[in-house]
Amino acid sequence: METGTVPRVDTHPYFEVDEARSREFERVWGAARGILGYLREINNIPIATRYIFASFAFFLVGGSFALLMRTQLAVPQSDFLDPRTYNQLFTMHGTTMMFLFVIPFIEAVANYFLPLMLGTRDLPFPRMTTLALWTYIWGGLFIFTSFLFGEAPEAGWFAYVPLSNREFSPGLGMDFWDIGLSVAEIAAMGAGAELLIAVLRMRAPGQALHRLPIFAWAMIVFAFMIIFAFTPLIVGTLMLELDRKALTSFFVPENGGDPLLWQHLFWFFGHPEVYIMFIPALGMVSQIVPVFTRRPLVGYPLVVMAMIAIGFVSFGLWVHHMFATGLSPTALGFFAAASLLIAIPSGVQIFAWIATIWTGRPVWRTPLLFVVGFILIFVMGGVTGTMVGSVPFDLQVHDSFFVVAHFHYVLIGGVVFPFYAMLYYWMPKVTGRLLSERLGKWQFWLMFVSFNVAFFPMHILGLLGMPRRIYTYEAGLGWETLNLVSTVGAWVFGLSASLIAVNLLWSLKRGKPAGANPWNAGTLEWWEPSPPPNAQFKFIPFVRSRDPLWDQTTLGPLPEEEHEERLIEPLRSAPTRWRGALIVSALDARPIAIVQMPRSTIWPFVMSVGFVTTFAGLLVENLWILGPGLAVIGISIIGWFWPDKDQDAAIEEIGTDPGPGKLPLAIAGPISNGWWAMLVFLLVMATALATFIASYFYLGDGPGWPPVAPPARSATLATFVAVAVAATTYIFARGVRRKTLRARRIGLIATAALALAFLVPAYGAWTELGLRARDSAYASAVVTILGFEWLMAIVLLVLVAGSIAWAFGKPKDPRGDGLALLAELQGYFMTGSWAVVFVVLYLLPRLW
Amino acid sequence: MDGSPWPQSALAPDGPAARAILEIGWILTGLSVFVVLLVAAALLIAVFRRRDYEATAAPLPVSPDLVRKIRGERESLDPTPGESLPLEAQAGAGLGLRRDVRCETLPDDRRSVRWILAGGVAFPVVVLVPLFVLTMRSLAAVYARDVEPDHTIEVVGRQFWWEVHYLDGAGNRAFETANEIHVPVGRTVLVRLLSADVIHSFWVPRLAGKLDMIPGKVNQFRIRADAPGEYRGQCAEYCGLQHAKMAFLVVAQPEEEFRAWAARQALPAAQPADSLAARGRDVFLSSGCAACHAIRGTPAAADLGPDLTHLASRRTLAALAMPNNRGHLAGWIADPQAIKPGNLMPAVPLPAADLQALLHYLEGLR
Repeated sequence: METGTVPRVDTHPYFEVDEARSREFERVWGAARGILGYLREINNIPIATRYIFASFAFFLVGGSFALLMRTQLAVPQSDFLDPRTYNQLFTMHGTTMMFLFVIPFIEAVANYFLPLMLGTRDLPFPRMTTLALWTYIWGGLFIFTSFLFGEAPEAGWFAYVPLSNREFSPGLGMDFWDIGLSVAEIAAMGAGAELLIAVLRMRAPGQALHRLPIFAWAMIVFAFMIIFAFTPLIVGTLMLELDRKALTSFFVPENGGDPLLWQHLFWFFGHPEVYIMFIPALGMVSQIVPVFTRRPLVGYPLVVMAMIAIGFVSFGLWVHHMFATGLSPTALGFFAAASLLIAIPSGVQIFAWIATIWTGRPVWRTPLLFVVGFILIFVMGGVTGTMVGSVPFDLQVHDSFFVVAHFHYVLIGGVVFPFYAMLYYWMPKVTGRLLSERLGKWQFWLMFVSFNVAFFPMHILGLLGMPRRIYTYEAGLGWETLNLVSTVGAWVFGLSASLIAVNLLWSLKRGKPAGANPWNAGTLEWWEPSPPPNAQFKFIPFVRSRDPLWDQTTLGPLPEEEHEERLIEPLRSAPTRWRGALIVSALDARPIAIVQMPRSTIWPFVMSVGFVTTFAGLLVENLWILGPGLAVIGISIIGWFWPDKDQDAAIEEIGTDPGPGKLPLAIAGPISNGWWAMLVFLLVMATALATFIASYFYLGDGPGWPPVAPPARSATLATFVAVAVAATTYIFARGVRRKTLRARRIGLIATAALALAFLVPAYGAWTELGLRARDSAYASAVVTILGFEWLMAIVLLVLVAGSIAWAFGKPKDPRGDGLALLAELQGYFMTGSWAVVFVVLYLLPRLW
Repeated sequence: MDGSPWPQSALAPDGPAARAILEIGWILTGLSVFVVLLVAAALLIAVFRRRDYEATAAPLPVSPDLVRKIRGERESLDPTPGESLPLEAQAGAGLGLRRDVRCETLPDDRRSVRWILAGGVAFPVVVLVPLFVLTMRSLAAVYARDVEPDHTIEVVGRQFWWEVHYLDGAGNRAFETANEIHVPVGRTVLVRLLSADVIHSFWVPRLAGKLDMIPGKVNQFRIRADAPGEYRGQCAEYCGLQHAKMAFLVVAQPEEEFRAWAARQALPAAQPADSLAARGRDVFLSSGCAACHAIRGTPAAADLGPDLTHLASRRTLAALAMPNNRGHLAGWIADPQAIKPGNLMPAVPLPAADLQALLHYLEGLR
């Protein structure tokens, strides 16, 4: 039996297995060795550890930027920094903290702990985790290299046009920002999609939705929000980059563009972003509070509903960042109401924790201290949030230091304090050693006091009229003392925040061994040894409670679970020739399939290198960099999807149709993770198209739109082709399901031909228009929408081409079925999305 | 500055809009303090209230049902109950507490849930609904759309200064000035806000909240100063390198003083009073100044930089970067990039005598 420093006692016969099989199992899940092995590693434990440390490094860099800025502002008319450097620093401080620290840090923590909490062995797409990690690191470094070229972005993390556009920021700085950010965002979205599928499909049997750890619920909300919020941002940065390269005119007012469109796109991302960061923090706190009050969370369903409500409402208040842009009173009223409304679910959260503490028995350890500090600071940030949600008050304090104070209370109080609580709580699991309590308590008090010293005065500074983002100010405005106090506080805060590194190093040498469950907590991650082996959950636990380690006497099956026990017998310290994990039904966590997981591979790393090379090529517009970059991506896609031997072994051992009483191998269709990933991909694409179309309508808000009647000949032709694609898609998908090879082959070939043919009229629709996108916002909107449809056709073409190869090469192989069923989804999506585009671009202007 | 200790403070309002905002601001602040104290009190009581049991490492089972369930589970597993302990009894290195297992039950959760709903839903609703009504009423007062303005001005935001136009009764631009807005005390002025380059934001905290200046769009609002004096304003939307040094003054004057000022500003520039001034004007026209600046009454009519027709009547230079006097003006002309790096005015190298003549001429532009 697997042992940590403290032996786990569970005498259930389920946990008995012979040593040889156990060793085999550990070997197949073992770490890759050597330097090459370091790059080939894909298991979530080592990958997430690197992820955590990388994001924390970015946190320290972003924090040091803040200290430089505070030093500059300590006294009036200081010349410690020149204006350009100061502007670059505040741009990069925001960018780093938002995009390179908080989101990646959350995903890193989730990558590490979700599989442990869910009782599964890895994330659904370990290669994608790895790709996301490397891409994120390259993307972050990419933005920072701009400092080496003296071209750091300086238009703010919000990059308002026209300041960030080609005319007013002609250097490469904003291109670095745009491209580097997109890289990091795409990585974040990939990781988010993966966490969603992990929570929905890879859990221990019995861990139905109503028994999920709150953190897992938080990650469901988080993932959906990422999909709906990041997509518009990526679309927006794409538009900005096209504008900057003088290819389009989305934001150029002289050509019919609108600078406010950028603000809408940015804040439609930017406001939910606050809650994207905050909801996982809520999840962490809801994990920690019960453990340190020695009782289960009060009001679990309320807390879950509150998180979902916050997720929804947060998409309805982006305009409260734009109260001063001169909107109509009706719009102001609507968004003010939404801004106030969000106080309700937040209140439910807070009172649920208070009720838990009230009725529990608090044990004063550092994590609880940070949680209490978090609640106090966050409530202060919350009430000032309500204040700025009140439009008239906001007109005075908007873009002043009051707002700086407000959102640092929300983000440091609401996100960073929970992160520290989480570090003190969960790091012993990662390192196997307890952190120093004494140092932890010192750190808490230093951080709590210095935080308030640094940020409380900023409220008053804002009311005294001090605007944000100024590199200096003159004496005599009444701002001197408060600024000096704030700077002193900021330095103490910065130094005390980095004490965690000292504590971590100390604990590695001197810390008490943590044992598997140092806090006597109730969730599954505390059942595995600390640190957990890559081969986690050799025995899949049976869950019958929200806090199984508290409520259950055994994690083995009860007599009435005999059926499930038999179903997952092939996973009991097995399989030993390939990596296998369990797939469960999304709602009630019944075992439904076994999934084969990939082993260590170099391709994710190679592909990330391809990505960054390609983007560097785009940045400097050099084909000699771009070309090799694309080639590397192409090669790594082939290497990635090349059928591997493990798969053959799994198909041979389990099969897709093993008969009654046995779990099938999840390879094709809705029981496979790939099919779910395709759904998420299409959700992202649908959001992207919706963003393009919303932008089209926004730009057309006024007379004279569209400026020319768009000729519809090619577009009509394209519509016929698209409808035909749906028909042939139906044919080949039916062929796959009914196992009629002829229908499958004919359908696939016809679909490929049609997808290829579609490209011609879709391009024709653009040339017929006869406009230059760089001179017209209308043409810019049209060309990006048509380009989107082109991309959809090409994706379909790639999927169908692969399916054809399977259909003729190995027609019996289930992997071919799997790919064809992905192509089916894409085929229908292409038709449907084109229908929407046709109606919007060509029918509606004729109906008006 | 006229010596006010808080020339840019929203807490020292002197106009109806700023006063209405401060009013709702105090209500919001009072409410916020109340909420913070309430939550803090609840939290601290929750933490420190006396408990009649000793803390133990064992968790409290949630309800009698669960206790029964666990016992049932034990029985179904193990024929000798008591031998297989719950898993939690085996751990707790970080808690450092006694490890006795107590199976006591907690107070009924339903009561706690009622408290959560009261504190988290009922209380906010009771507070927020009136707050919303108040917000909308205050907003109407702040924008005061039904008040007929007495004067209309247009302010154009530029990197990094303010171009100010006074409109006549027909809505045409009558005369232009820069970085200094004069208004009559007690009169409502409609301010139309435009931008010539990037987004700026017009903010005079003592008179009103802010409103953005967006290229391709015209925003407008009303301001009124209720007492004579100088009110400092500053750009509130990040607009580039010198965003920090893009300030302006609103000078509120009694009606007659304002009329006199406006009449003088509408005149073309004073003719050079002496030969040195005449030489200065020639320097202005021939040394590149006229490529960007206008002086009405001379051939200089460019509009890239501020209109200098009545430069000497202004209190400050370069959008409040420094006071307007001979020394600063000389320094500014000689090396504007040293004073406000990144502003759009190039250095104009002039022979000393030419510079003196130019300064003399500009000082005469009252």
